[in-house]
Amino acid sequence: MKNLFRAFLVIVIVSIVLIVMINRLNASQGFSGGNTLTVYNWGDYIDEELISRFQEETGITIIYETFDSNEAMMTKIQQGGTSYDVAIPSEYMVEKMVEEDLLLELDHSLLPNMQHLDERFLDLAFDPGNRYSLPYFWGTVGIVFNPTLLPAGTEITSWNDLWNPEFENQILLIDGAREIMGMGLNSLGYSLNDTEPAHLQEALDKLKELTPNVKAIVGDENKLLMQNEEAAIAVGWSGDAADIMWENEDIDYVVPEEGSNLWFDNFVIPKTARNVEAAHQFINFMMDPEVAAQNTEYVSYSTPNKEALNYMPEDMVEDERFYPAPDLTERLEVYENLGQQNLAYYNELFLQFKMYRK
Amino acid sequence: MENKGTRNLYMIPYALWIILFVIAPIFLVLYYSFFDIEGNFSLVNYKNFFTPVYLQMTLSSFWYAFLITAISLLVAYPTAYLLTRTKHKQLWLLLIIVPSWINLLLKAYAFIGIFGAYGAANNFLEWIGIGSRQLLFTDFSFVFVSVYIFIPFMILPIFNALDNLNPSLLYAAKDLGASGWTTFRRVIFPLTIDGVKSGIQVVFIPALSLFMLTRLIAGNRVITLGTAIEQHFLVTQDWGMGSTIAVFLILIMFLFMGLTGFRKRGA
Repeated sequence: MKNLFRAFLVIVIVSIVLIVMINRLNASQGFSGGNTLTVYNWGDYIDEELISRFQEETGITIIYETFDSNEAMMTKIQQGGTSYDVAIPSEYMVEKMVEEDLLLELDHSLLPNMQHLDERFLDLAFDPGNRYSLPYFWGTVGIVFNPTLLPAGTEITSWNDLWNPEFENQILLIDGAREIMGMGLNSLGYSLNDTEPAHLQEALDKLKELTPNVKAIVGDENKLLMQNEEAAIAVGWSGDAADIMWENEDIDYVVPEEGSNLWFDNFVIPKTARNVEAAHQFINFMMDPEVAAQNTEYVSYSTPNKEALNYMPEDMVEDERFYPAPDLTERLEVYENLGQQNLAYYNELFLQFKMYRK
Repeated sequence: MENKGTRNLYMIPYALWIILFVIAPIFLVLYYSFFDIEGNFSLVNYKNFFTPVYLQMTLSSFWYAFLITAISLLVAYPTAYLLTRTKHKQLWLLLIIVPSWINLLLKAYAFIGIFGAYGAANNFLEWIGIGSRQLLFTDFSFVFVSVYIFIPFMILPIFNALDNLNPSLLYAAKDLGASGWTTFRRVIFPLTIDGVKSGIQVVFIPALSLFMLTRLIAGNRVITLGTAIEQHFLVTQDWGMGSTIAVFLILIMFLFMGLTGFRKRGA
């Protein structure tokens, strides 16, 4: 028993020492008041060379941290343990963070490079007037497919093509209620922000008919599975598509002609920011056309910076898979915040679709 | 030397643990289950649970948990029996336990590779002439991987029960003319039933709420209550409904514990 007590005491002491050390470390990193900037971004989502360049040009030291989901990012910012100065949430999360009062307003006078952004991607419903956010990259939801694995004579240009019985057990769907219900709605010609129960029911019935073609409903594993040629077709984000195509050159990507989702990842300045001035400097730097061009070449998502396109290789800019022609762009929609109630209903229907067996 | 005061002192960590990490969470889950998605107090979640979607989900969770437990038991009992007969039983036991030290997700990802269209399993099927077939994202692979993950937890209690069995009882049975099968049915099995029961509890209850495997190995073709809870908490953020499902899971577990209870046979 004495030993037990001693062990208990040791654990308590070690814990206290660790807490003190964490505080020290935090102090030496973020809170020291030196000219540092903490950037919180998705993994592998910036050309690291640009970070060094920004540090050289401005003398500001960047502390760079990464996250892998919007929800995880929001939780960490809410906790406020680290003073993040710039973060890059997706559009629906920007809206949510504004609702939760987690963001500072941007000072547009400190962001002259804003003028280089394409007006099509400004002043959108999730952040009217871009008071809190500016787009970093954008993309679509579409169909990734491997032509070498498709049955002869079939091709894919639209959502409705997926219902072709020849694709039996060949399709991987992304595990997201908005994405898949949106696909059902789009295939019927409805908006992917539709909340009419009759339309949603119709979409569900249509999705159920797709079940024989569905191999699995997966998350990030779809990249691995497509690279390994486990399936011929996957429904997913254009960003993932670019990654998959990089690894396996046979694979192609198409934005369905019925229309689809348009998504954005955006610069924001969280309330936790300690160095608001440097945050603006950083955002402005990243919106410089040459910098944005270099970054886009590295990341290979689509840039909202229209001046940057002039500095990028032509084959990249003219790739309609990632920079769709204007008539198709018009059919793309941004997810609107449908409210908790509707979101729950979407999820309920998605659950019913998942449970439907062949 | 241990007077009552110090003994109570030693109770403090245990009591704190139980209150903070067992009782408090259960009450929180119960508390949240009474709020609808708008944050109003209501019983709507309980009403929703009794709709076909969730009832069917409960049934399918039960079915898969049953399959996983039954197959684990069928494999584990003979294995545990053989283990008690081997020379270096502790070593063999260790070898069975070691895989459970590896992270579950890591094992799941390994199985994605093994069961894949061009994976080791299909290469083998090709080689023995059966030909390759889809293994990943089937009921078979889901049950197989779950059994693989849970089996050490089934073997251990059964092994302990068998190991504690007094061999003179077996000799007595033999002396009195019992056949091998009768000895097993009338002597060995009844005396190790407690090990079997705790094995079943340790496997069945977690199997009921499996969730990552349903996506990684079964490609969401198998939906369990665990999957639904995960979705309600992380995606819908409908904590009320998620908690309600959790409440039912807890109730089912208590019921199950009661049924397979720790009553000693004929004591």
